[in-house]
Amino acid sequence: MNGLGLVAMSTLLAVPAGAALLLVIVTNYQRGARLNVGAALLTLLAAAVLLQARPEGNLYLRVDDFNIYLILLNNLVSFTTSLFSASYIAHELETGRLTPAYLRFYHATYQALLFAMNLALLANNIGLLWVAIELATLVTVLMVGLYRTPAALEAAWKYFILGSLGIALALFGTILVYLAAQPVIGQGLPAMAWDRLLAKAAEFEPALLNLAFVFLLLGYGTKAGLVPLHAWLPDAHAEGPTPISAVLSGLLLNVALYAVLRFKMLMSANPAALAPGPLMAGLGLLSLLFAGLMLYRRGDIKRLFAYSSIEHMGIITFAFGMGGPLANFAGLLHMTMHSLTKSAIFFAVGHISQVKGTQRISTIRGLTVTHPALGWGLVLGVVAIAGMPPFGVFMSEFLVVSSTFARYPLLAVPLVLGLLLAFGTLLWRLNGMAFGHPDGGPAAPIKASLWPMRIHLALVLIAGIWLPEPLVAWFHHVAILLG
Amino acid sequence: MRGLAFDIAHFLAGGMVLVSFMLLYQDRVYALLNIFALHALVLALAVGWQAHTQEAPHLYITAAVALIFKAIVIPVVLRRIVQQLGIHRTLEVVGGVGRDMLAGTGLVALSILVMLPVTQGADPLAREDLAFALAVVLLGLLLMVNRHNAISLVIGFMSLENGLILAAAGARGMPLAVEISVAFSILIALIVIGVFLFRIRERFDSVDMQAMDAFREGRRK
Repeated sequence: MNGLGLVAMSTLLAVPAGAALLLVIVTNYQRGARLNVGAALLTLLAAAVLLQARPEGNLYLRVDDFNIYLILLNNLVSFTTSLFSASYIAHELETGRLTPAYLRFYHATYQALLFAMNLALLANNIGLLWVAIELATLVTVLMVGLYRTPAALEAAWKYFILGSLGIALALFGTILVYLAAQPVIGQGLPAMAWDRLLAKAAEFEPALLNLAFVFLLLGYGTKAGLVPLHAWLPDAHAEGPTPISAVLSGLLLNVALYAVLRFKMLMSANPAALAPGPLMAGLGLLSLLFAGLMLYRRGDIKRLFAYSSIEHMGIITFAFGMGGPLANFAGLLHMTMHSLTKSAIFFAVGHISQVKGTQRISTIRGLTVTHPALGWGLVLGVVAIAGMPPFGVFMSEFLVVSSTFARYPLLAVPLVLGLLLAFGTLLWRLNGMAFGHPDGGPAAPIKASLWPMRIHLALVLIAGIWLPEPLVAWFHHVAILLG
Repeated sequence: MRGLAFDIAHFLAGGMVLVSFMLLYQDRVYALLNIFALHALVLALAVGWQAHTQEAPHLYITAAVALIFKAIVIPVVLRRIVQQLGIHRTLEVVGGVGRDMLAGTGLVALSILVMLPVTQGADPLAREDLAFALAVVLLGLLLMVNRHNAISLVIGFMSLENGLILAAAGARGMPLAVEISVAFSILIALIVIGVFLFRIRERFDSVDMQAMDAFREGRRK
């Protein structure tokens, strides 16, 4: 059993890394796209195997109850995104926005990003975690700037500067954690291994841990798009290729938040340290309210959904900041639901901006008339992300709100206000795009496969109606672990 | 001997803070690059000294990387970029030097006030090194915030990373993997930055960040 798990774990890392190298050589873009899908499928299978056969952790890598579900979710979404990407880039090539040489580069960086994210999720070593997230940042910077338009370069540059800054702060925090651990655990690698840290966290110098957590929260929080440091996110989403927007929103934000949560667990294990909850809840609430207000004036469809991602990361951070089994459960569920729904929306948005030839909301009209399948897909996606029943997002948001009401009724007021703001704006925007009169404009038929979007929406719908028993039990278990 | 080792370590780390201040008031591109090279040189010496006192040979690698890449290669490459792109040789200082100096002094005081009480249990050498390192990080941030051109941003970011390496070197026995990765990341960062600077030139005829800001959504309408 252990051997199988070890194979699966190395597959998760080796396949994307190998595929990234291989894709640099493959010149034919169709073959490249197929290879990309194949590699993503293989890693997804490896992740599924890992669910059954769990290898023992070492000082560098580890699979536990918490990360296994994110690994599975991550690889599922990256597989469906690779399917979407294959039909998306074919169109970009036709319209001449991308050349085959850029596509080669694009596929290689896509796999490199999967490698970095899998490494970050599997890492047991806080240094390795940092390296992986840094790699993911650098790779995504390159991807965001892919179109080489002035706006894309500006977005990539901004992302690069803010992302590196976040990464730098996180490294300082990591060094401080090591310094706190070193007198207790001793010098060297064990003092950076997360499981050893957790076991001994109670004996660490609390003041040092506090300071470290502030740096880590700000640092990784930048990558998760939390508000004071969110400025890169809308630009990066709007100007990069749409598959990248889907991966950024659906996966990379989760990975950054996952890093914060790992450190939050360390903090909670030390009774003398500052409670990390209020800090996270505060940042989360701020992000939610800010994004709710900002949603209102967006003119660009991808920017609109980028702000919606900030909003949802705010909700998730708030839920984990509240802590306790119920709020953590809601946070985990919301992480999953947001990931699936938002990437489905970006799949739809990618095709929409291709058929309409624009990302401006004001020029997109009457989609349900001109492109029924796509238009209704967008409607369902937005209805789901806005938090209407019967979709899964409703359930998780409901849990967040009700657990807040039960414990801190006053906090629930701004929370509900933020949710309602976002809800209203999204539906109002959707109304113009999906219904109304199509204004003549180009109504080219779509040649794309809509299956990735349909699969995601179906999963979200099923989760909203019925969550499988083992999944619930497992979410409960992790929620208790998170403290 | 122990006392002397201490003093030299402090002297070098304090020297980095001083050079960080010098970065703040440069108004010529070449002078900024030269001072950055000095910053990296002092870093290399400080890390080398840590390697010697901690008897940690792997830190010599970190020191060598700092010396070769940051003190020599990067300034030379950036100088060539400046020449090739024909960037203005003078830099605008937003808000004036006096304000920057005052803010910088405040940041140094802040980092000492924050770090020293927090690290009471830690090794005294690491402790004060860490306070200096935090000061260098914050001064790097200040430089990034107060400048609008790409070269100063890059220099600010790299001086900030120098502070991080100082902190990592001061943390006794911190595993090698991290140090290599830090050095590696700088290398990659340089490649990315290089690519960007060239592309920026291609598209804008300027490396002034305000020219890029004009492309933001709000102003595009």
